[in-house]
Amino acid sequence: MARLRPGAVVLGLVVAAALAFPFVMRAEGDAYYLSFASRILIYALAATSLNLVLGYGGMISFGHAAFVGTGAYVSSILLAEGVASAWIGWPAAIAASALAALAIGAVSLRTRGVYFIMITLAFAQMTYFLVNSMKAYGGDEGLTLPARARVGGGIDLDDAQTFYYVALAALAAALVALHRLAHSRFGRVIRAIRENETRAEAIGFPVYRYKLVCFVIAGAAAGLAGALLASHGKYVNPSVLHWTQSGSLMVMVIIGGVGSLWGGALGATALLGLEDLVANHRVAWVAALLPNYPQHAGLAVGLVLLAVVLFAPQGIAGLLARRPR
Amino acid sequence: MSGILILEQALNGLQFGLMLFLLAAGLTLVFGIMDMINLAHGSLYMLGAFLAATFVSLTGSFALGVLLAVPATAALGMLLEMSLLRRLYARDHLSQVLATFALILVFNEAVRIVWGTDLPLAAPEALSGPVELFPGMLYSSYRLLIIAVGAAAAGLLYYLVAKTRIGMRVRAGASNREMALAMGADIPRLFTVVFGIAAGLCAVAGALLGPILAVQVGMGENILIVAFVVIVIGGIGSVRGALVGSLIVGMVDTIGRAFLPIAFGAFLPPQLASAAGPATASVLVYLLMAVILTLRPQGLFPARG
Amino acid sequence: MNKATVFCAAALAFAALPAAPARAADQVTVGFISTLSGPSAALGIDIRDAFMLAVKMNGGKLGGLRADVIVGDDQFKPDVGRQLAEKNVKLDKVDILTGFVFSNIMLASVPIAFENKVVYVSPNAAPSPLAGKQCNPWFFAASWPNDAYHEAAGQYATSQGYKAVYMLAPNYQAGKDSLAGFKRFYKGSIVGEVYTQLGQLDYSAELAQVRAAKPQAVYIFLPGGMGINFIKQFVAAGLSRDIQLITPGFSSDQDIIRAVGEPMLGIHDAAHWALDLDNAANRKFVAAFEKEYGRLPTVYASQGYDTALLIDAAVRDVKGKVEDREALRHALKAAKFDSVRGPFKFNRNQYPIQNYYLRVVAKDAQGRLVNRTAGTIFKDRGDAYVDECPMK
Repeated sequence: MARLRPGAVVLGLVVAAALAFPFVMRAEGDAYYLSFASRILIYALAATSLNLVLGYGGMISFGHAAFVGTGAYVSSILLAEGVASAWIGWPAAIAASALAALAIGAVSLRTRGVYFIMITLAFAQMTYFLVNSMKAYGGDEGLTLPARARVGGGIDLDDAQTFYYVALAALAAALVALHRLAHSRFGRVIRAIRENETRAEAIGFPVYRYKLVCFVIAGAAAGLAGALLASHGKYVNPSVLHWTQSGSLMVMVIIGGVGSLWGGALGATALLGLEDLVANHRVAWVAALLPNYPQHAGLAVGLVLLAVVLFAPQGIAGLLARRPR
Repeated sequence: MSGILILEQALNGLQFGLMLFLLAAGLTLVFGIMDMINLAHGSLYMLGAFLAATFVSLTGSFALGVLLAVPATAALGMLLEMSLLRRLYARDHLSQVLATFALILVFNEAVRIVWGTDLPLAAPEALSGPVELFPGMLYSSYRLLIIAVGAAAAGLLYYLVAKTRIGMRVRAGASNREMALAMGADIPRLFTVVFGIAAGLCAVAGALLGPILAVQVGMGENILIVAFVVIVIGGIGSVRGALVGSLIVGMVDTIGRAFLPIAFGAFLPPQLASAAGPATASVLVYLLMAVILTLRPQGLFPARG
Repeated sequence: MNKATVFCAAALAFAALPAAPARAADQVTVGFISTLSGPSAALGIDIRDAFMLAVKMNGGKLGGLRADVIVGDDQFKPDVGRQLAEKNVKLDKVDILTGFVFSNIMLASVPIAFENKVVYVSPNAAPSPLAGKQCNPWFFAASWPNDAYHEAAGQYATSQGYKAVYMLAPNYQAGKDSLAGFKRFYKGSIVGEVYTQLGQLDYSAELAQVRAAKPQAVYIFLPGGMGINFIKQFVAAGLSRDIQLITPGFSSDQDIIRAVGEPMLGIHDAAHWALDLDNAANRKFVAAFEKEYGRLPTVYASQGYDTALLIDAAVRDVKGKVEDREALRHALKAAKFDSVRGPFKFNRNQYPIQNYYLRVVAKDAQGRLVNRTAGTIFKDRGDAYVDECPMK
């Protein structure tokens, strides 16, 4: 596992930058990038949860979008039905996603290799089709929410800055939890299972149970990300459950650094940042080569991903961890 | 429920199933022999459709356009294999998934840049009307052509795999790669040829389905997942499994889409019944795969052992 | 260590990236988001082309101000449309939003405009909820209420004495509105009411059901690529021999005619506009459109053009002060412009009150396939939901 070791100094710099960001945006009178940054934080949380399963656990789950989507839909349905409190909505979303992960994991983890990939994909698609057919909650038109969830105690989520800090807090909590988990006995066993499952089984660990617990924890965290996503955009749509969304999350994890603590966060920033850069910030010399290039952000993403897979499989975290000789 | 209705829906299911087979056969061979998960298979299908649309409009003849598109797509497929995919054989499945996912993105944009987001492709004039199968039963002549071509392709593929030298090497490679290599098979060339065949089959499907669906960017993504489901049901590496799997999935999906809304309509209002029907049909297909994976994890006709 | 520091510095620099460039005060910024790719792209492209034509004919201005039209493609996906709307409203700070073709994408995307007091002028989608209970002062429909064409078609089917009709529409709000509208005025018997999947292209299963139900006429609401495929497959399956196809105006318009061809002859449809409507604005529009783009305009184009004229008149009425959103709203509601459809006025729910005509696909003087007016079905019709709207 590649680990960032820049010392407390750089970590402190990153935290300071993250905390100061909204004030910088307010000074520039910008509403768009603050909202965009919140989105990055939420996807960082989702990608980190996938990293637990994929990077640490070695389970190639192609259905992670199902858990993000479950969290998003459960919290949205509650909001649409008048249950405005986040203290009910978000734990409900987490519980629902955890349950979904338990159900899907229980069946899927009995398979290995490509069959595991296929079956997680299949379950995600089933969830997608089921949600798509729920006309009562918008079907494929999606569901628009009247307001964000209510937290109370003076914290107003409808204020962009407040929402940013709440999302930041959620991501920070997840990273701390992942760090603790990775260094705990559980984390060491999971990594041992990833390295050589047969050996771990032979030693006597109940491999299936460990993998399932890992899967459920990741699903729960993904559910929180989904709930935040729904509140952020005040809109949810079945496309959040589509297998291409699972693919996007995997792309984030790989680009960021699979199996590294910061992999999810780095990957989400890189992917969403790249897409925004291509779509909204015109660069003259690229436009000379390809006039309509902002509409082809996918090309940039695809090429970067290909390059990472072929030449830098440890992602950004891997590049950063390599000490200059 | 008239007999004609059932027959017509059965023909529809057969048509869908055979086209699915063209995709699944290539996919299962690539996976079975090269042990590579190729998510970009749907992109080859899309390329085939776009090339067919281009050649048809250049030559003015549907048949000629399709006949030109198949080797063109096969050539592009082999080029892709030799330049890029070769590096992935030794890598783990995750890398293959991600690299070919990247290829989907790249191909979608490349097609958009070269051709735009969609191209028109019309069935040939002669086949734009119905055929009277027997008094009272009219069926689209173009769909009959699809069934005919699909069946012919299945027959050809069977002959190729079961009765020719290349087919023998393919079966050997699918069943035990190391042994085949030890026995002197030229593996790299075999892989390239197999990939070319797979790409060609995709092109046939893309070109034939173009007039019924639409030749558009991203058209491969939905059918790709169904093709994967088919090969898992049928057994990875087995062409026979791909055929049986495709026909089963094609039938379940079509019959489901056709008759479930009616069944739901008995107790749900029309809009909800119409939504629940297709959703349930899709879920049924995935459920089928999950059941088969639980009971017979190697699929219906495993190629290995 | 070095690389990490560089990375952090880059992250901070990215955070300091300038937002959108400052805008001149003497311009009006319009966000135009539509479906410009995929099988139904012809619709969004027509609206955009006609809109831009009107701006061009005005010297690149709307209401005397330089017009900056930011065009985006929603790719037929609600979440993409929504993101583009957010970008238009928050980053580009548009004065007016417009463009959506499909109701589902529009409904997902316009709330952010309404919340930020940005007017949305619809060149197409005008769903029933926004006409009735959820009517919104920031929403203007410059097209026609979603039910209207279908009500007119239902009226026509009744007047022709069709005893059994089979109906199909896609499964979304506009689809539901369409069949509800048809049933409101069709008094015969409905032998089938089927909702297909939005974006569905293969209708083999549905066509087999139609054949089994043996209706006298089939009514479809299938815009864009969906309609093209259905009509082609309907003819291919031999159903057109015994069954009359009735459609709303846009399902038999120039884009479909271009794709399907001769089999379209004789199809009857209902719309609020036709190429041969006899008024000065329309004659000018049709001639200019054909000259500029080398093709005949569809109803969508006529709507896009009218939207631009409406915005132009409103901006002129507020004397360029588009920042005064309330004044802009009132100017839009007054709708003092020469529409290509003839007389135009807004109802109190900001949906149009206008005429609806029967059209038939026939050959014009030059032998081209076009829709020719064949009669008036409704005069000065509003919509069925205005009474539920609390707006004055």
